[in-house]
Amino acid sequence: MNEIRLNMPFDKKELKKLNAGDNVLLSGTMFVFRDAGHKRLFASIETGKPDIDFAGETVYFMGPCPAQNGQIMGSCGPTTSCRMDKYTPYMFDHGLCAQVGKGKRSEECVEAFKRNGGVYFAAIGGAGALYSKCVTAVEEICYPDLGTEAIRRITVKDFPVVVAIDSNGKSVYNE
Amino acid sequence: MTNIDVNLIAEGIKKAIDRISCEVEPSCAKAVFAARDCEKNPTSRFALDVMCKNIEYARNAHLPVCQDTGMVVVFLSIGQDVRLTGGFLDDAVNGAVREAFAPLRKSVLDPVSRVNTKDNTPAVIHTSIVKGDEVRAEIMLKGFGSENMSAIYMLNPAQGLETAKDLIVNTVANAASNPCPPVIIGVGLGGTFEKCAEMSKHALFREIGSKNPDPSLDALEIELKYRINALGIGAQGFGGATTALGVFIESYPTHISSLPVAVNVLCHCSRAAKFTVDAGGLRDE
Repeated sequence: MNEIRLNMPFDKKELKKLNAGDNVLLSGTMFVFRDAGHKRLFASIETGKPDIDFAGETVYFMGPCPAQNGQIMGSCGPTTSCRMDKYTPYMFDHGLCAQVGKGKRSEECVEAFKRNGGVYFAAIGGAGALYSKCVTAVEEICYPDLGTEAIRRITVKDFPVVVAIDSNGKSVYNE
Repeated sequence: MTNIDVNLIAEGIKKAIDRISCEVEPSCAKAVFAARDCEKNPTSRFALDVMCKNIEYARNAHLPVCQDTGMVVVFLSIGQDVRLTGGFLDDAVNGAVREAFAPLRKSVLDPVSRVNTKDNTPAVIHTSIVKGDEVRAEIMLKGFGSENMSAIYMLNPAQGLETAKDLIVNTVANAASNPCPPVIIGVGLGGTFEKCAEMSKHALFREIGSKNPDPSLDALEIELKYRINALGIGAQGFGGATTALGVFIESYPTHISSLPVAVNVLCHCSRAAKFTVDAGGLRDE
């Protein structure tokens, strides 16, 4: 199997070349947040002043364990993406490049990936300890009161994922 | 009467959480490795390979195998000749959870306000009174990626076992990639609404590869495991040979009007342990 290395923030032309099922090693920065972070971000969008600018960025659906034993970040595998489906089309229509999570997505999400040349990557659920080794830096961005669900930005090196849904809407999941 | 100090039960729970948050239950780990070795789909094999490396790394480095260290579920079977001393049992259990979760993810919150309890308490504690003079504990860290995919059905007798089987298989099919397959499936058959759900959870404590002592349930487990694996969901939903590592059923008599069926889904990272407290102290099983 070919292994592709890509840097984040992404060059959208590079994303176009990816096909569902490709193995990719991600390096660079991405936002990290999940259910409660999305809910609060969308409340801020409704007021007209979004708390973060996600254009050109990648969002990883994840809520980490606390760091321990000298770790930069604790265990940090993906959470189930479909809970964030309702937020996803808006985010891609407003510049988001890619998401990382686990599990299938709604038709509306697939259409949004196609419409915007976006990609959805699957990280391996349950592999939280292993993924913590890929994190080289963590920055707290907002909503610290949400604990594990706060918005963070992480820097990763060689973070292993699979292209789950490519920019043509092709999916790795058997339907 | 045998006096058993609730603090000894708490100690057992704290030790168990500390260990199982980092160590996948041995029969489950073995089954994941076996699934990898026989997987032919390259994407699924890649996922299984990452899972195996993660299981080993987490155990060796003593780090949480999954960031979702779950909600604590405890089944306590308390001998009726036991007198519990040293405080209130639930307080002791939750005290142990609070301490053990200091380095783990706090995932528990109020369902209405959605304000986090900040220490992963309370645990879900099931107690039952049994014969004897010891306390037997079964403890699980239950992740909710898989818990969310669980379902309960109140069938009518005309629908019967065939419909029950179809619904069990369909529940796994609908869950697809979400519960981090390959999964372990706990099934409750019969009882009442809540009894059925509780059995489906308790069934998840079975060792993978173990036979059901009831021959008709054993045959049902084999058939269901075959049908679920034939779905071809595979590891992480990438397609492949292994979708279920095990299917375990508990049953209980039910009402003439009904056939309750509960399906509790568990991911490939089973984090479960059992221990006993008796007059001699704390003993791992």
